[in-house]
Amino acid sequence: METLLSVICGLMVAASLYLMLSGNLIRFIFGLVLATNAVNLLIFVAGRLSQTRPPLIDPDAVIPAQPLANALPQALILTAIVIGFALLTFVFILFYRAYQALDTVETELMRVSEPSQGRDAEEGGQAGIDGAHGPGGEGA
Amino acid sequence: MSTHLSNHHIHLAARLSGLLPLALFAAALGLVPGIMAGRSYRAAVAWVPALGVDLSLMIDGLSLLFVLIITGIGFFVSIYSVDYLHGHARTGRFFFFLHAFMISMLGLVTADNVIALFVFWELTTIFSYLLIGFEHEHEKSRKSARQALLVTGAGGLALLAGFLLLQIASGTYEISQMVRAADDLQAHQLYIPILVLLLAGAFTKSAQFPFHFWLPNAMAAPSPISAYLHSATMVKGGIYLLARFYPIMGGTAAWEATLVLVGGFTAVLGAFTALGQTDLKKILAYTTVAGLGIMTMLLGGQSTPSMTAVLTFLLVHALYKSALFLVAGIIDHQTGTREIARLDGLARSMPFTGFAAFAACLSMAGFPLFFGFIGKEIMYKGVLAETMMPGLAAAAAVLANGLMTAVAGVFLIRPFLSDRVGIHLETKEAGIRMWSGPMILGMITIFFGVVPEFVGRVLINPAVKAIHEPSKYVEFAIFHGINDPLALSVLTLGIGAALYVNRQRVNCGVCAVYRAVSLDASQLYEHVINAVAAAGKAQNRILQNGSLHRYFFIVAAAFFMLTAFSYVRGMQGFFGISITMPPVEQALLLIVILAAAAAVVMTRSVLLAICSLGVVGAGIAIVFLTFGAPDLALTQLLVETLTVIIVSIILLRLPSLGSCDRRGRGRMFCDGALAAATGILVTTLMLTVLSSPLDRSLTEFFEKNSYLAAHGKNIVNVILVDFRSFDTLGEIIVVAAAGIAGFALIRRRRYNS
Repeated sequence: METLLSVICGLMVAASLYLMLSGNLIRFIFGLVLATNAVNLLIFVAGRLSQTRPPLIDPDAVIPAQPLANALPQALILTAIVIGFALLTFVFILFYRAYQALDTVETELMRVSEPSQGRDAEEGGQAGIDGAHGPGGEGA
Repeated sequence: MSTHLSNHHIHLAARLSGLLPLALFAAALGLVPGIMAGRSYRAAVAWVPALGVDLSLMIDGLSLLFVLIITGIGFFVSIYSVDYLHGHARTGRFFFFLHAFMISMLGLVTADNVIALFVFWELTTIFSYLLIGFEHEHEKSRKSARQALLVTGAGGLALLAGFLLLQIASGTYEISQMVRAADDLQAHQLYIPILVLLLAGAFTKSAQFPFHFWLPNAMAAPSPISAYLHSATMVKGGIYLLARFYPIMGGTAAWEATLVLVGGFTAVLGAFTALGQTDLKKILAYTTVAGLGIMTMLLGGQSTPSMTAVLTFLLVHALYKSALFLVAGIIDHQTGTREIARLDGLARSMPFTGFAAFAACLSMAGFPLFFGFIGKEIMYKGVLAETMMPGLAAAAAVLANGLMTAVAGVFLIRPFLSDRVGIHLETKEAGIRMWSGPMILGMITIFFGVVPEFVGRVLINPAVKAIHEPSKYVEFAIFHGINDPLALSVLTLGIGAALYVNRQRVNCGVCAVYRAVSLDASQLYEHVINAVAAAGKAQNRILQNGSLHRYFFIVAAAFFMLTAFSYVRGMQGFFGISITMPPVEQALLLIVILAAAAAVVMTRSVLLAICSLGVVGAGIAIVFLTFGAPDLALTQLLVETLTVIIVSIILLRLPSLGSCDRRGRGRMFCDGALAAATGILVTTLMLTVLSSPLDRSLTEFFEKNSYLAAHGKNIVNVILVDFRSFDTLGEIIVVAAAGIAGFALIRRRRYNS
């Protein structure tokens, strides 16, 4: 099962990356959600799945009597889920605002701060490069 | 500044600012008796103790000579600038730069620690940059300032490297201790690299061939700045460095040959070029290049006369050259031009300025009874005493001095003495604050020329002693009897007169040479600058082309390659894969997750994609539940539900996906390949992790202490709220920040509408 889940993780990472590279903000968000889930699953599997008993101590015991599922990755994932959710919510709002402002969800068309290359780059590079004069010219 | 202080206040402050150099000059004078008695003054505070770097200052004869020049001329320049800049909008800034430069320069010539010396060295470069570019609305000023900054700044970096190597070779940052290790240093295998780096620093700063091109361009600075930085003080920084390191690095064949050849060539080249200039400041700039060349050449010797000659000429040059630059500034200020052809008869309309120019020019030409004559006599004694190529050095010195005599004629005769058309008869003399400085400097050159033995005893000989242990001091006298230096002096005046008469013809020859060969590195400089700009543009086209897809692809590819690289490097054998068939319900679960993920990728319907995402999330929640993580499953389900709701609210307002995968076939293939490769890498990494033993010690600690130490029986909860509660606090802050940021985004829209 661990092996199969590893394969699933890889597939989910591949799918999320492919979506995020698409240049469409909606697909990017889908990719982000998938990536969050893939990473959580990855941490979970890395902590091993051999024990299926939840990490709870019996009411009448002070230390666990039987082997329990790994508690450490669970604590990490719990944090990760919540932070992932916060990030997603923010990204949703940000993208929605970007769409409202720019009227597109295609990243290739979002060029307010970096206009399409060409003219301006040519001019910007040339400005002020016109080295000093050699003394010969002035000596004449 | 001018918004807070009225012009009146600034003008008052500018007038008083001369008191700072004056006070420092007086303080330095107070040290003269002690220095003459052979003492030296040292002070140090720990600066970066961890690196063994102290801020240590030392004043000996050499430093004192420089300090007196810097503060003395600094005083006249301050006074002069008050009128020169009168009414200028940036007067406050000018005086700040001027005095900040002066302090930096004083630090440079008194630092005993090479790191401190480097810091002051770079500070002088920076203030020089700011002052050359003072009239920054002119493009030429900006370009010249940048050129000076880059050339001398590059030299400064070489110098730093040289200092660090020196520390490795000698074990100390203190110059005074390096002197004691001089013999070991000169035999050290790092000697040649150190020498090359130090000379690179000195030659760029002191405008030696082939780096001299920045200095004439630096004439874009206001005239008092040219007088102060670019003739009397800063450009002498390289000379100071060479003199200071002469006892440590000097005396070897490599040192002597390089200095004599480079210095001699620079002297002749600079002087020839000066003769052909028509702008007063350019004339002076090229003679400064020539003067610096002569000093460099003399430092290539190792006798008492050559060292005495360097320091004497240093003082001679500082006095007459700063006076001449100030005179050029007055002419510019009063007539509006610095072109020789448009000036004449100034001696009549500007008698005080004319006197200053007369005294300074005769000192430059080396007439008897002027300090320049003394300097020249000793200079010839010095070059004749060189061990390396004395004949060549003497020839270069005679030629350069002859040319400078002719240049002095060009500067003096046409603008001041000739009276052809009387263009400037109505020109008014400048105010006293402007002409008093060059006037007093001119009188000093006469005074020093009359009492040379006094100057030698008080200023020059203690400075010589700081870098060279003389068996017998050079005699300073107006007349030494008939000997070789006197013969050469007479010869120089003769050559000068001949060159002045034939200056047009000489100039034609010089121009022909310049047309034929490039006699400096300015073209290389331009090529480098253009290449840097082109490289910037090229990398901009590739990396910063404004396409978010390109950026993201580069980031993802970098992640993949770095991870793969470190994985392959650290790989220890291969892992064994064991696939046990899971129970049917688990296998089905995996298939559902996979199918849902595939649907997200394939679908063109936003709604279907959202639902599929929900299925993936729920499936993973079931995985959590199955393998002993009910808390996770609960949270995951809750978050997944919220996500789907929020996504639905927002995404359904966005346009439909349509056929919106606009990627071309090639790009799709590249993206797919990168995604697949990353996926495979992740799986491989996980399988590697799974095949290595699990370290459960941390988990066991939590299991044992969950109840005993923290009184909780749900181990995951105890970890979150007790053992790792700061992590949870951080998590809460992240959530709060995201909430606030999201709220702000929404609110802004309301304001806008």
